[in-house]
Amino acid sequence: MTYTLLQNYWWCLIALLGGLLVFLMFVQGANLHLGNRSLSDLQKRMILNSTGRKWELTFTTLVTFGGAFFASFPLFYSTSFGGAYWVWILLLISFVFQAVSYEFQNKKENLLGVKTFRVALMANGLLAPFLVGTAVGTFFTGSDFTVNKVAIADPSAPVISSWGNAWHGLEALGQFHAVLLGLAVMMLTAILGALYILNNVDDKEISAQMHRSIKMLTLPFLCFFLLWLTILLLKEGYAVSPDDNIYMEPFKYLHNLLQMPAVLIMLIVGVVLVLYSLYLGIFTPSRKGIWFAGPGTVLVVMAVFFLAGFNNTAYYPSYTDLQSSLTLSNSSSSYFTLKVMSIVSLLIPFVLAYIAYAWHSMDRKRISKEEIAETPDKY
Amino acid sequence: MDVVVWSRIQFAVTAAYHWLFVPLTLGLALVMAIMETLYVVKKDEFWKKTAQFWIKLFAINFAVGIATGIILEFEFGTNWSNYSWFVGDMFGAPLAIEGILAFFMEATFFAVMFFGWDKVSKKFHLASTWLTGIGATISAYWILVANGWMQNPVGTTFNPDTVRSEMASAAAFWEVVTNPVAVSKFCHSVTSGWVTGGIFVVGVSAWYLLKGRQKTFAVRSMLIGGIVGLVGSALVMLSGDSSGVHAAEFQPMKLAAAEGLEDGGKGVAFTIVPGVKVPHVLSFLATHDWNGYVPGINDILNGYTDNKGNVVPSVADKMQMGRKAIDALAQYRELRLTNPEAAAEARAVLEENVQYMGYGHLEKVEDVIPPVGIVFWAFRFMIGLGMLVALVLLLATWFSWKEKIEPKRWLLWAAIVCIPLTYIAGQCGWIVAEVGRQPWTIQGLLPVNVAISSLSAGAVKTTFFIFLAVFALFLAIEIRILIGAIRKGPEVEPEKL
Repeated sequence: MTYTLLQNYWWCLIALLGGLLVFLMFVQGANLHLGNRSLSDLQKRMILNSTGRKWELTFTTLVTFGGAFFASFPLFYSTSFGGAYWVWILLLISFVFQAVSYEFQNKKENLLGVKTFRVALMANGLLAPFLVGTAVGTFFTGSDFTVNKVAIADPSAPVISSWGNAWHGLEALGQFHAVLLGLAVMMLTAILGALYILNNVDDKEISAQMHRSIKMLTLPFLCFFLLWLTILLLKEGYAVSPDDNIYMEPFKYLHNLLQMPAVLIMLIVGVVLVLYSLYLGIFTPSRKGIWFAGPGTVLVVMAVFFLAGFNNTAYYPSYTDLQSSLTLSNSSSSYFTLKVMSIVSLLIPFVLAYIAYAWHSMDRKRISKEEIAETPDKY
Repeated sequence: MDVVVWSRIQFAVTAAYHWLFVPLTLGLALVMAIMETLYVVKKDEFWKKTAQFWIKLFAINFAVGIATGIILEFEFGTNWSNYSWFVGDMFGAPLAIEGILAFFMEATFFAVMFFGWDKVSKKFHLASTWLTGIGATISAYWILVANGWMQNPVGTTFNPDTVRSEMASAAAFWEVVTNPVAVSKFCHSVTSGWVTGGIFVVGVSAWYLLKGRQKTFAVRSMLIGGIVGLVGSALVMLSGDSSGVHAAEFQPMKLAAAEGLEDGGKGVAFTIVPGVKVPHVLSFLATHDWNGYVPGINDILNGYTDNKGNVVPSVADKMQMGRKAIDALAQYRELRLTNPEAAAEARAVLEENVQYMGYGHLEKVEDVIPPVGIVFWAFRFMIGLGMLVALVLLLATWFSWKEKIEPKRWLLWAAIVCIPLTYIAGQCGWIVAEVGRQPWTIQGLLPVNVAISSLSAGAVKTTFFIFLAVFALFLAIEIRILIGAIRKGPEVEPEKL
């Protein structure tokens, strides 16, 4: 196995984990529907228990996504996490509150009341997909950082990666293109959440509300996503020359798409699957939309990661200092580390298999008013 | 205070806080898995209800454990940016493997365990309960492989082209995974979790007995909790012994600080408390030889010859060699593309001195001494409280085995008091391990002052106080909910409240 092959393989895994993370953020999206005023408290509790049996998978995927990024492309971890400090801290705090909100919410000793924890879940539902989306958006707009590896020899300023401004990442909120992706991901997860509830919760009124929500969310989602995609394909991008020089290339991401037909196919198939699920959600009473939207989301996100990292592209570019931009080759772990981890990664299908089996066993019975009443342990 | 200090305080508080929830997860998992096994084997509903009660308490604790674990992971990147690059190649792998192998197992089977009582078969449910605990234990292994590597960085070489420590070969990974420091840390931490889980069950059961409630439930729970805690205590002592030997071998300064040993020598006495010494015992604990040589703080500062006859240079010499290495690195980086010959020369100087490169980042010789008072007393509290808890566990197990525990009200009270004492002992253990290795993030390779992110002290101070407030809030809520659930009781025996 060559070094480049291993780097590419790990970028595929990062893309896969990223895709799974966005898909699994249906938990966050579904929790947004806790704010739906037409639903009764019992119905909200059904939604809460429905996502409550899944949230740990989303959370674990986030942790593993972070861990895998750290292990395979540590320069990204050190540059982005240490630089875009406030973005990651915000994301972190929203997830920390989410993690305890299920267990704490309906306990009378929780000090802050049911509402506070419900609001925490909804805040996480808005912030998490938005911040993750915007952060991935900066893969194409660039960020304000410099990397100087020899800095470690300078006792007065030893840090290798430094951020160019005191906003430490929040400045991305001023980048229209990155924010568009954040908004698109936020709308998408809200739709995924509705599709998931349709499938997992057996309640006519809830289902009617979810169909309505999908109808309302579809237009803004499509606007944000298609506008983002159009700008992406028209904008110049961060290209890497054979001698590792980074330069701006007009229509770089369009070129990437055309030069990598497999990615083009992934993107098209993914988009079609998502559109089909939207059709099912809006125009039919079907509850099976999530089965198409899920794989569709994974494919689209993977295609987006591939556009950012493959075909001689700098996936985490710096607009301050082009040559500081991160590429798969200059930011990855060593050959041996990638090789060892690749062997471990062969266990991933086994992990996916037991998750699917456990999930299937638990979801045989959909959540209904009766089911909630009978279940001894619930949130 | 500067950004280094704030980053350290923030990380220390996060790690200590996380360690409040992990030991109970590890220990209670074992207790409830044993109880559920009894239910499946004996087909006795009593054990099902008993297991369900402890699982309920487990779940309350588990959520905060998960919530704080992710903060640690993020903080490596957000606050220790240089660290993340410098050792990401070595340190990241166990972290990623922990995610793939352990976290998914924990998360998946926790959900089955908590919600699945009437959704999956009895045996699948039992397997899920065990797998939740096994997942947590595997997770502990991988994170302690990462931590053990920080204490004893094996299998790595410095690469001046990438400016980081890299995996020396694929086989080196095996060295990292079987690092003796990691193995004994794992045993010590996990079994201390069993003690925590054990004393928690014993103490809570004691409360029911004092209140005259749920007597059968309490006595039987106490017996199982007591046995788990006792086995844990014995293994904690054994693994603590090997931790001592490893500290002597790989981190002599930590041992010297824990002992407050200024001047070492052969046949060194062990200080129980200042002024009370047992001759030769420290030498024996550190080297398993009554007359073994143990260096004191001054010996380490001034240089010494260790038990294997290796001459260890003074810290001043190490710092000088370290600075040579750092200068050579800067030179190499400047010349490597333009003047390969001169670059090769610089690289040779670097390689000659690279072993001490970390010391080149220190400002003065005394920087290598950790806060001795804190480590010294933490060590004593850890051992003293650990032994006290073991004694209470022994008595509680014996009397609940003989079913004579109920009238022993003093013992019941002692068991309750031992719950917080066990937590204090556990925290002291972390203090010895982590404060004792200051100033190193990676022993000998990377001191804290160059491991940081390029942030203002104000930014880190802000997040520190945010985290502190969140931690305090969650702890208050968690304790209230736990107490509420305990007051409500296990519903095993009918009772009037």
